[in-house]
Amino acid sequence: MSIDRSQVDHAADLARLELSDDERERLRGELGQILQAFEALNTLDTEHIPPTAQVIPLGNVERDDRVADSLPLDAMLHNAPRVEDGQIRVPPVLDES
Amino acid sequence: MPDHLHRLTLHAAADGLRDGQFSSVELTQALLDRIQAVDDRVGAYLTVTADLAVEQAAAADKRLTAGDNGPLLGLPIALKDVLTTAGVETTCASRILQGFIPPYDATAVTRLKQAGAVTLGKTNMDEFAMGSSNEHSAYKPVRNPWDLDKVPGGSSGGSAAAVAADECLAALGSDTGGSVRQPAALCGCVGLKPTYGRISRFGLIAFASSLDQIGVLTKDVTDAALLLGVLAGHDPRDSTSAEEPVPNYAGELNRDIRGLRIGVAPEYFGEGLDSRVGGSVRAAIDALLGAGATRHEITLPHTEYALPTYYVIAPSEASANLARYNGVKYGLSDPQATDVDEMMARIRGRGFGSEVKRRIMIGTFALSSGYYDAYYVRAQKVRTLIKSDFETAFRDVDVIAAPVVPTPAFDLGAKLDDPVAMYQSDIMTLPASLAGLPCLSIPCGFVDGLPVGLQLIAPPFAESRLLQTARAYERTRGPLPAPTKAIDAQ
Repeated sequence: MSIDRSQVDHAADLARLELSDDERERLRGELGQILQAFEALNTLDTEHIPPTAQVIPLGNVERDDRVADSLPLDAMLHNAPRVEDGQIRVPPVLDES
Repeated sequence: MPDHLHRLTLHAAADGLRDGQFSSVELTQALLDRIQAVDDRVGAYLTVTADLAVEQAAAADKRLTAGDNGPLLGLPIALKDVLTTAGVETTCASRILQGFIPPYDATAVTRLKQAGAVTLGKTNMDEFAMGSSNEHSAYKPVRNPWDLDKVPGGSSGGSAAAVAADECLAALGSDTGGSVRQPAALCGCVGLKPTYGRISRFGLIAFASSLDQIGVLTKDVTDAALLLGVLAGHDPRDSTSAEEPVPNYAGELNRDIRGLRIGVAPEYFGEGLDSRVGGSVRAAIDALLGAGATRHEITLPHTEYALPTYYVIAPSEASANLARYNGVKYGLSDPQATDVDEMMARIRGRGFGSEVKRRIMIGTFALSSGYYDAYYVRAQKVRTLIKSDFETAFRDVDVIAAPVVPTPAFDLGAKLDDPVAMYQSDIMTLPASLAGLPCLSIPCGFVDGLPVGLQLIAPPFAESRLLQTARAYERTRGPLPAPTKAIDAQ
């Protein structure tokens, strides 16, 4: 299967991944090669086969909603690059114009 | 005090500590000296926490003197850098997490500490556990202690090499598609991946959440049983951790295997398998028959589909799990950024290595609108077929025996530019991972002076049977006639 540059650009955009021109070109070739290997899955008849998302028999796990100790705020914010008043600061998320 | 304390197994070291032959501080210092002497050539560690280790060892010595008896009391163990460690840098061998100091320990690490273990440091790995050669570490490659020009396997290559080079008594790793068994086979140690859910994943930095499982790398089967006994069990912090009771793995280890039904599937012995590797594995199966097991031909017809199935599902889950690395909460940052989307894209472009980017792109593509059903859902359906192959086989057999890797360790750089060839290295470990089954690798011989592993696979939560089978083989095998490791050659 061959992949064109716009498909690479679209996936990189969805993944929020900045890639150089060289990287995009290399990935275009590699993704094509890898997707080609995936074609083998199309040789099986899976119409009536249920998908497996997880392998152990597990239903919803519920617990009582009780207040318990959690990690202190400063420990959780310790690794954040920009902190202000106990909050993480980021550039504006909404366009102001 | 015996020479070469660094060469001991966990259980031999535990005996020595209990009998007062040496202290935990002496044992720990011997390991730290060994790391100092060889790790610039092996590259197994990203971080060595020497001061912390000596402090833990001194505390263990006090407890030993007081007659205390934790199962791992005073025993030095290494941790793959995919496990969070409170106060100790945890990077997943990625630039994007450089400098990240976790606020808490992974549950597996907490359990080791509660059992009295000494933690030596964090081992090197493929970035975010994605790779089969450990060449995808952002910091440095790991070299195979048997031949320094060969790869150690991956992604737990640092843990396997550290055990093989006697730079720890045992190590924790993680296995998503073979990342414990494959490096264990290539480095000549025992590697156990338990059933999905057997060990809590809390604090195990996520790669592919439906597949990830913590495993152990050890010098023998007894040590693997000892460690599993400490690590296994339900954890309220991981709702996918199993409520199944935890048997006494070490206590049941030496049970006779007479009458045990061993399944052998032709799909694991076909094209691509190095004939000498196949010969070693067949000889190991014969040794099990000699110990009283019986051999049964089985078939696992969907084995060949495991590779494409895995390389759709794992990157898809990874592309979602790795969305959290964006320069906001931790890791690489860009304080000058003025646009949030640009900031995230730039940080991720700078912080991730080539293999991680490749998998994020595969996963994003497979989950994107218009391709989701064709790739992701179809792979999940084939996963059902692979899982039911095993369910059918386990109606007739107790354990399945197979090779771990089709070839011995390959040259550094040999597959670095060919991702599909690199992925082929996982072809024999992927099916059991997709089915969530417990499996292990145990050394069964040498090809060209490089270790070869025998893979054993058991039904869900039958770790005890798996370990008994491996121990029975280990007894008949005896100590392997080992060629000299390159790391000990001079």
